[in-house]
Amino acid sequence: MATMKFLCDTKRCIECNGCVTACKNENDSALEWGIQRRRVVTINDGMPGEASLSVACMHCTDAPCQAVCPANCFYTTEDGLTLHNKDTCIGCGYCLYACPFGAPQFPKKGAFGSRGKMDKCTFCAGGPEENFSEAERQKYGSNRIAEGKLPMCAELCATKSLLAGDAEIISSIFRERVAYRGSKNAIWG
Amino acid sequence: MQLTRKSNEAPKVEKKTLGISRRQFMKHAGITSGGIAAVSFLGTGMMRKAQAKDVPHDVPTEIKRTVCSACAVGCGLYAEVQNGVWTGQEPAFDHPFNAGGHCAKGAALREHGHGEKRLKYPMKLVDGKWKKLSWEQAFNEVGDKMLDIRKESGPDSVYFMGSAKFSNEGCYMYRKLAAMWGTNNVDHSARICHSTTVAGVANTWGYGAQTNSFNDIQNANAIFFIGANPAEAHPVAMQHILIAKEKNNAKLIVVDPRFSRTAAHADLHCALRPGTDIPFIYGMLWHIFENGWEDKAFIQERVFEMETIRREAKKFPPKEVTHVTGCSEEEVYQAAKLMADNRPGTVIWCMGGTQHHVGNANTRAYCILQLALGNMGVSGGGTNIFRGHDNVQGATDLGLLFDNLPGYYGLTTGAWNHWTNVWNLDMEWMKGRFDQGTYLGREPMTTPGIPCSRWHDGVLEDKDKLAQKDNIQMAFFWGQSVNTETRQRDVRDALDKMDTVVVVDPFPTMAGVMHRRQNGVYLLPAATQFETEGSVSNSGRSQQWREKVIEPLFESKTDLEIMYRLSQKLGFAEQYTKRIAKDSKDMLVIEDITREINRGMWTIGMSGQSPERLKLHTQNWGTFSNKTLQAEGGPAKGETYGLPWPCWGTPEQKHPGTQILYDTSKHVKDGGGNFRARYGVEYKGDNLLAEGSFSKGSELTDGYPEFSAAMLKQLGWWDELTADEKAQAEGKNWKTDLSGGIVRVAIKHGCIPFGNAKARCIVWNFPDQAPVHREPLYTPRRDLVAKYPTYDDMQVHRLPTLYKTIQDRDMTAKYPLGLTSGRLVEYEGGGEESRSNPWLAELQQEMFVEINPGDAADRGIRNGDTVWLEGAEGGRIKLQAMVTPRVKPGVTWMPYHFAGVMHGESLAPNYPEGTVPYVIGESCNTAMTYGYDPVTQMQETKATLCQIEKA
Repeated sequence: MATMKFLCDTKRCIECNGCVTACKNENDSALEWGIQRRRVVTINDGMPGEASLSVACMHCTDAPCQAVCPANCFYTTEDGLTLHNKDTCIGCGYCLYACPFGAPQFPKKGAFGSRGKMDKCTFCAGGPEENFSEAERQKYGSNRIAEGKLPMCAELCATKSLLAGDAEIISSIFRERVAYRGSKNAIWG
Repeated sequence: MQLTRKSNEAPKVEKKTLGISRRQFMKHAGITSGGIAAVSFLGTGMMRKAQAKDVPHDVPTEIKRTVCSACAVGCGLYAEVQNGVWTGQEPAFDHPFNAGGHCAKGAALREHGHGEKRLKYPMKLVDGKWKKLSWEQAFNEVGDKMLDIRKESGPDSVYFMGSAKFSNEGCYMYRKLAAMWGTNNVDHSARICHSTTVAGVANTWGYGAQTNSFNDIQNANAIFFIGANPAEAHPVAMQHILIAKEKNNAKLIVVDPRFSRTAAHADLHCALRPGTDIPFIYGMLWHIFENGWEDKAFIQERVFEMETIRREAKKFPPKEVTHVTGCSEEEVYQAAKLMADNRPGTVIWCMGGTQHHVGNANTRAYCILQLALGNMGVSGGGTNIFRGHDNVQGATDLGLLFDNLPGYYGLTTGAWNHWTNVWNLDMEWMKGRFDQGTYLGREPMTTPGIPCSRWHDGVLEDKDKLAQKDNIQMAFFWGQSVNTETRQRDVRDALDKMDTVVVVDPFPTMAGVMHRRQNGVYLLPAATQFETEGSVSNSGRSQQWREKVIEPLFESKTDLEIMYRLSQKLGFAEQYTKRIAKDSKDMLVIEDITREINRGMWTIGMSGQSPERLKLHTQNWGTFSNKTLQAEGGPAKGETYGLPWPCWGTPEQKHPGTQILYDTSKHVKDGGGNFRARYGVEYKGDNLLAEGSFSKGSELTDGYPEFSAAMLKQLGWWDELTADEKAQAEGKNWKTDLSGGIVRVAIKHGCIPFGNAKARCIVWNFPDQAPVHREPLYTPRRDLVAKYPTYDDMQVHRLPTLYKTIQDRDMTAKYPLGLTSGRLVEYEGGGEESRSNPWLAELQQEMFVEINPGDAADRGIRNGDTVWLEGAEGGRIKLQAMVTPRVKPGVTWMPYHFAGVMHGESLAPNYPEGTVPYVIGESCNTAMTYGYDPVTQMQETKATLCQIEKA
């Protein structure tokens, strides 16, 4: 099976937020105002050296969220995706402490409000419910992986900055770009 | 609290914001996720369920090929429809423009199928309350009002504000509607977008359009942006730009007062002072001429009067340029050298260049730079002028303008003769539709109307100073956000004063809610372009056929239906649709409209793109190359995607379209060309025609004038016309011969129908022959006013226009900060539609002003503070401060998409229930000031003054 990864090419990211609304569009049924599974982070905003990077769950192989979760709600799919079960999630927020990317999101209706379940990027792979079921759609959003498609954020990226898919294919695409640009223009610098 | 532009922090629940509290945000959010809540106040039966959630996954899916309606890149996508509901959106990886990519707006496009905040049914304002109407009532009342006003004040007292969101067919029929009503008071947002480009560029080399294509930028070795920020305004264009940077090591030069998101990817950023484009370009030209970097052969063969420019550029040595623009001598030198060393290079400009009171001269200066470098008519070069709205190119081409009929024919009697001929109508009937009087020496039928930028002056100005019978009494705002117009306080007064206001739009828009009226406002719900079909022209002149995705939502009607029903009510439907078939529901057959467009649009070669050809391209996206735009195989083999005009001759002649204008390396039948002979054959005894340069395969191997029947006879080619063609072509020229015979024979001999001339560096019919630097009317540099003064006040068409009167007043003591405006990627235009889209609105919730840390510190302002900003004419707005080095000291910047708050006061109570956008805010244009281009009446939104204080 594939090992699914995201890669955001900062030399191509223009902070257009296409990935953010693509995610909203595709996973609309599971999301509410204030939850953004993906967001664009900009460093050196407004000055020379400004660079942007689209961030969501990186689907770590040895995922810290999974390691620390007291309710053991995380699991790894055969494609190497780190997903979680909202039914067993207790909304404690411990995963947020552990995650190096700030991927876990919580409902914004007051701190840890009535529906305090954690939400995060699923790589558009749904969740533990049956594929395409109403329950999956309501809790996790779309399941593009089951349809043989890749995550919407990367598929709609304006400049092909955000890449998603099998790590090997992504790295070959990126390697070709770096070959043109030279190594000092790889990601940073 | 840190103010970050794209905050993902939890909205503070208690904090009151401008007009709408965070708590209300959450309430709205509830409505969005509920979906059914909206029905409660609508009653049953009048709205279609439009929620994807209601449709099970396994319902069969229909796929529609459609085109994004945000900007003019023209990104394609696949819309998935189940049970008549737009349930999904898939990337069109095979689309030649965007290869599946979208910005925030395109990626959120499916929300159009929800339309939670849209107008649901026709309404009118009765004693301060919105009352529901039937369509029949609405047509009757609006139509009767029009006829009453016509009787009393004449046809020119009804104003037709149109839209760049119409399809080509919609644009054309709207212009025709105004014409048959009997007025030239028709215009749209191109007036305040690229009107100065169209005038300046067309008067330089023939056509006022983008010369190359987005895809062709991949071939550039240098890319020069001036007043353009595609990373926010045309994000998918960056796909091609960044490929050029990656693969060709193309140099990116950004000239912009702000360090924009585009500048973040540039090799060189020059932060010029707003309004000093011309000195900057002359500064570059000074280095180019000084070092002999100009393309001498190109200039000799194809450019008229570069000598004048040489003299003008001499006035701008490095020291003076730095003094005026604020850019260092080294920066200007580097900009010139990068362009000289890396050819071909392309020049890209947008509103930053056009929206000035010297806008037409700015655009001519940019063209002259490319002429000097010999970058025109080549792949990788050209002036890539990015248009704004998805169909603003088409709307401009189809004459949705106060000074033109479709195809840039103008308003002369000859132009009217041509179009009445196309329409099979009698010229006397057409004349009879107009006011027969003469006002200030002008006759309405042949005098440009009142521009989109100043319709409010047409309402408020003293009647005796207007070159028409009476003030504007009634206006249609059909797909136009009036918050994009400067001087919002005057806009509001004008809305108050008119007899009747009619908004035709999917949303109420500002014209519907910012007035202080109790009566006489109609809101008619128009469908979006996804609820109809038709063609749309992108910035690169390519046309695409948009398939209908869903049926009109709620009780909306399509633009074309509303226009047709109005014409029926007004009594000229027969003439209006004479050549257009109707279907069983008495609706216009849209393909017949496209065919009528083809029949009349000879000037720009919009004659060969039949609906059948356009649909074929739409069905075969994948056969066109993303690099060359050509179909390498398949049913459209050899053609350029979207048949960019000129697509010469009739559809049967199968011209492949012209991707790159003025390209002499190609045969005209393959999309080749040269500069157009538009200004005669000589000027003061000097030859205007090309010298020794001609397009490949031309049998005339030198410059030649435009083709006419007489010229064919002179050349001995007349007998190559058929008998039928001869009959129609007699006494005509290539622009007015409806048989197309003259065009056909010219092309057969390898000649361009519009002749072969030089581009001109001086425009003798404009106020400034060569571009002249003139300080903004509200300049922060009083020391430069004497040396670089503006114009004297003058009458432009129907309206008096002020220049010197305004510049003479020194406002800098009270208003020391420079002020300019621009775009955000999440919103578009006036923002009514995009701020009503929750996926977008969530990303930009606050209206703000960017201010330099130094200027903020001087005023005791911290990042995120609420501030009052007062424009130089006293317009005050309340907004948040974003303290950032993105703007230089002395310069401030605001986005222009917000509206719904005025002088700190929310307009939310004025909206019909359920239509308040998710985000409202102050319109930057409340603080923006007077200033209009003397040629096109473009408004000045890029260089004015303000003061900011803590609220």
